[in-house]
Amino acid sequence: MRKQPEPVQIVKERRDKTLAALVEGIPYLQFLGIEFERHGDELTAILRYDDKLIGNPILPALHGGVTAAFLETTAIIELGWQRLWREMESGRITAEGLDPADLPRMPKTIDFTVDYLRSGLPRDAYARARVTRSGRRYASVHVEAWQDNRSRLYAQATGHFMMPPEADPSDG
Amino acid sequence: MADDRIAQVARQFIESIPHARELGMSFVSIGDGIAELTMPYDDRLIGDPRTGVIHGGAISTLMDTCGGAAVMCHPSNPGGTATIDLRIDYMRAATPGQAITARATCYHVTRSVAFVRAVALDDDVENPVAAATGAFTVEAGRKAKNA
Repeated sequence: MRKQPEPVQIVKERRDKTLAALVEGIPYLQFLGIEFERHGDELTAILRYDDKLIGNPILPALHGGVTAAFLETTAIIELGWQRLWREMESGRITAEGLDPADLPRMPKTIDFTVDYLRSGLPRDAYARARVTRSGRRYASVHVEAWQDNRSRLYAQATGHFMMPPEADPSDG
Repeated sequence: MADDRIAQVARQFIESIPHARELGMSFVSIGDGIAELTMPYDDRLIGDPRTGVIHGGAISTLMDTCGGAAVMCHPSNPGGTATIDLRIDYMRAATPGQAITARATCYHVTRSVAFVRAVALDDDVENPVAAATGAFTVEAGRKAKNA
C-alpha cells in the first residue's frame, strides 16, 4: 500500500524549524539583520535596511562590505541548507531539539568575488544563490542580489567553498 | 592639494561612515595610497558560534573600507570612490579574540579606475588571514596631480 503523504503543517514545521536552527545561531546574521524566506527548498535572503549599514553617507548607499557579507552569507546558508535538507527529509536529523551545536559544520569560504553593479539603495535587499557545482570537497556558488526589480541586479558574486566532510549515516 | 591634506580628507570621510563606526574601525596609518585600518574583535561579528571565529563578511567589510581609503589617499587625488569589484581569498580562520588589521595599497590609478591590493592580519602577522584585490571607481573629471 502507498504511504500517505504527511500532513502539510508537519512538513512545514519541520522545514521551518530546521532552517531557523541553521540561521539563528549565527550572531553576525542577526547583527546585519539578514533573514531567510523559504518556498519549498528555495531560499531567498533578505537584508533588512538599517541606518548602520550605510557605507556612503553622502549618496547615501549601503556599504559595499555589507553587500559582500550579505552575498557570502546567502551562498553559505544555501550550501548548508541543501545538505541539511537531504538529512532532514531522509529522517537522519529531526527538528525536535535541534541545537546549533548539532548542526553539520558549515562550508568554509575559499574565495569570493563580488561585482558591484549599482550602488545599494537605502532600503531592503534580496538575494538568491545557485549552486553551480557541488562536489564532495569543493562547491562553486553564484549569487545574485537585487532591490526593487528582480531583473536589475545591484550586485552579483561567485565563490568557492570547502565542504565539511559529510556525516556518516552509520556513525551513531 | 598637498598629500597630507589628501590623507586628512580621506581619513575624515572614512571615519564618518556609519557602518565603519559601527564596527569600531580606526586608522593605524593613512597616506600616499596606503591605508592601514584596524577593527576590534566583537561577539556580534561571530560567524561560527562553535569556535567564535568572526564571519568572513566582516573581514570583507574591513578590506573594502581599507581599499577605498587607499584609493582616496593616493597622491593623484582620485576623490570619492566606489568599489567596482573585490575578490577575497580566505587563507585561514582569524583567531578569536584578536583584532583584525587590513593593509591596502592602491598601486595604480588610471583616469577612471584605481587598482588595489590588500591583506588582513591578526596577531600572527606572518600568516595573513585573507588577501584581496579590487578595482575602484575614480571620480569623473579628476585633475592630474599638481594640475
